[in-house]
Amino acid sequence: MHDSGISIWFFIGVILTVYGAMIFGYGVYELVIGQTANVILANLHAPVWWGGLMFALGVFYSLRFRPGRNG
Amino acid sequence: MFGLVPASIAAAGSPRAAAALLALGAPSLAHLSLIDLAVIAIYFVMVIWIGFYLKSKANTSEEFFMAGREMTAWIAGLSFVSANLGSLELMGWAGSAYQYGILAAHWYWVGAIPAMLFLGMVMMPFYYVCKTHSVPGYLKLRYGQGASTVAALSFAFMTVLMSGVNMFAMAEVMKIVLGWDLNFSIIVSSLAVAAYVALGGLRSAIFNEVLQFMLIWGGALLVPILGLVEAGGWSGFKAQLARNIAKGVTANGDYTHMWRSMGHFADNPMGIHWTGIVFGLGFAISFGYWTTDFLVVQRVLAANSLRSARMAPVIGSFFKMAVPLIVILPGLLGLVVLQNPDGTLMHLVGENVVAANPGAGMHSYNEVLPLMMVRYLGPGLLGLGITALIAGFMSGMAGNVSAFTAIFTYDIYQPLIVKNARDEHYVLVGRIVTVVGVVISIGAAYLVMNAAGIMDYVQALFSFFISPLLGVVLMGMFWKRATKAGGFWGLLIGTLTSIGLWAWVHFYPAALRYVALSPDAKAMAEDMYRALWSVITAILVTFVVSLFGAARPVAELNGLVYGATKLPEEEPVPFYKNEYFWMILAIVCFLALNIYFW
Repeated sequence: MHDSGISIWFFIGVILTVYGAMIFGYGVYELVIGQTANVILANLHAPVWWGGLMFALGVFYSLRFRPGRNG
Repeated sequence: MFGLVPASIAAAGSPRAAAALLALGAPSLAHLSLIDLAVIAIYFVMVIWIGFYLKSKANTSEEFFMAGREMTAWIAGLSFVSANLGSLELMGWAGSAYQYGILAAHWYWVGAIPAMLFLGMVMMPFYYVCKTHSVPGYLKLRYGQGASTVAALSFAFMTVLMSGVNMFAMAEVMKIVLGWDLNFSIIVSSLAVAAYVALGGLRSAIFNEVLQFMLIWGGALLVPILGLVEAGGWSGFKAQLARNIAKGVTANGDYTHMWRSMGHFADNPMGIHWTGIVFGLGFAISFGYWTTDFLVVQRVLAANSLRSARMAPVIGSFFKMAVPLIVILPGLLGLVVLQNPDGTLMHLVGENVVAANPGAGMHSYNEVLPLMMVRYLGPGLLGLGITALIAGFMSGMAGNVSAFTAIFTYDIYQPLIVKNARDEHYVLVGRIVTVVGVVISIGAAYLVMNAAGIMDYVQALFSFFISPLLGVVLMGMFWKRATKAGGFWGLLIGTLTSIGLWAWVHFYPAALRYVALSPDAKAMAEDMYRALWSVITAILVTFVVSLFGAARPVAELNGLVYGATKLPEEEPVPFYKNEYFWMILAIVCFLALNIYFW
């Protein structure tokens, strides 16, 4: 796959990075204003750690499979 | 009740449930915020970007229809599983888990894993070595044009019809969950699918299936994690469930074991006997779907080597085993965590009950997954969950359309209409047929919208062809003596047997005791036994008719039949790259899961 252009894993990395950043950012925003969404277990701040996890995974895939890098 | 259709058909969705949902007219379950809408919009931008990017890599027919046969084992394997992981299936089986407990996991384990491993380790070499582009293509090489044309026409017809039914059903779900307009959902999703498949062909469909697979896990895995936290873990869930059953607030039943209640039809709420699960679901339906349905086999045929083609279903089997984590577990957890606004335990009911009590605020079994999402997922995460559902629907539709395009162009247009055109001509036909397939799907969606009764029959129609095809393919692949006439008559009479049994029970319900072997059997058991009888019929007819004809010379069967084919030798690889190692590991995991939840 890598020889023929951009890998699918790069696309996945990009979308995970963008989604992770958005969700993590929202989670941090909730923490800062001290008000959480009206959902069960909001005290666990899932957007922060789930969004952060997605962001980290996305960055890893985006770099690992970036165009031009023979992975 | 789309949660109850067999796995082979459930990929195609839930017509009846959608019809029931349509009747409800209930307010939407979820309300999206700006960040949720942004998440959904970004997904659409991404799939169109992928389509445009891949357009330059879909210039030849091999590239457009077979993705250039360049897919790695991982990509082919994820796509293989993803093609069967539509959003309707997710919601339907979660609902079944809420209703029947972990019995629903049979459709993910015994109803899939043995067949997937059999495809990879036993059948794939023949599909791959003969360089066929499709399952009807294999039938043409093995049995001639007659059997191939019958299979191609039935598959093409059913594929676009199912695509349309799915489209309508999904639009209904979007209406119920989000309050979206039916026409908006149908048109927007169709345009997106038509654009990226027509541009990038199978490669684009596969890329989006892999993308969808990741999104489904990203969007849905958080639900069972938070559900388990709330329930106090698996043991806490079982304890709470036992308390609810003891108090009488949850219906009595064994929700956490898979085989203990399979001794008699009347012992379990599904009305199934273990023989039906093992031979009907585990063999006739499952093998029929996973080894001969071109929608899934096409993904593996696109692999870049024989080893990748064999590894792809094996890799897929591990993910298939894990899917109950995001489908069955949320349904089960819903039994103890879902609450009404007043704090009492929520009771989900059948669609007929909801429909009979409009305005009562009831929810159906099939809404358990969206309800769980709304319970735990706040802004952003909810958008991700909804995006996962939309992505599942769109990739399922793209799978149908790309398979339809390949079958029509290779197995109908090329042999029967324009035989010797230039390669560019067939690529152009493929792009046009993609758009035409989407348009027909839209037409089918509006057809069922105005005649919901049709949908009940579509599921049965699809099942008529798959199981007999399995019998004929198996005979052709493993018996050198099978003849052209044997294959044709086996396929035809096997299909007619399936139709006849269905009609018998449909018009004379008491016949269920004969078809499904017990008066206590229920509809699902009928599906399983009907599939089993049609496979057996197809095999017997192929066998008998072949005995009266002249077999083809063995030399002509090279690459097509076991015992007449010299498979290419594979280079030695470390054990962790060897497909047999992973197959054994998959079998161990499969057995361990069944024993643990026995």
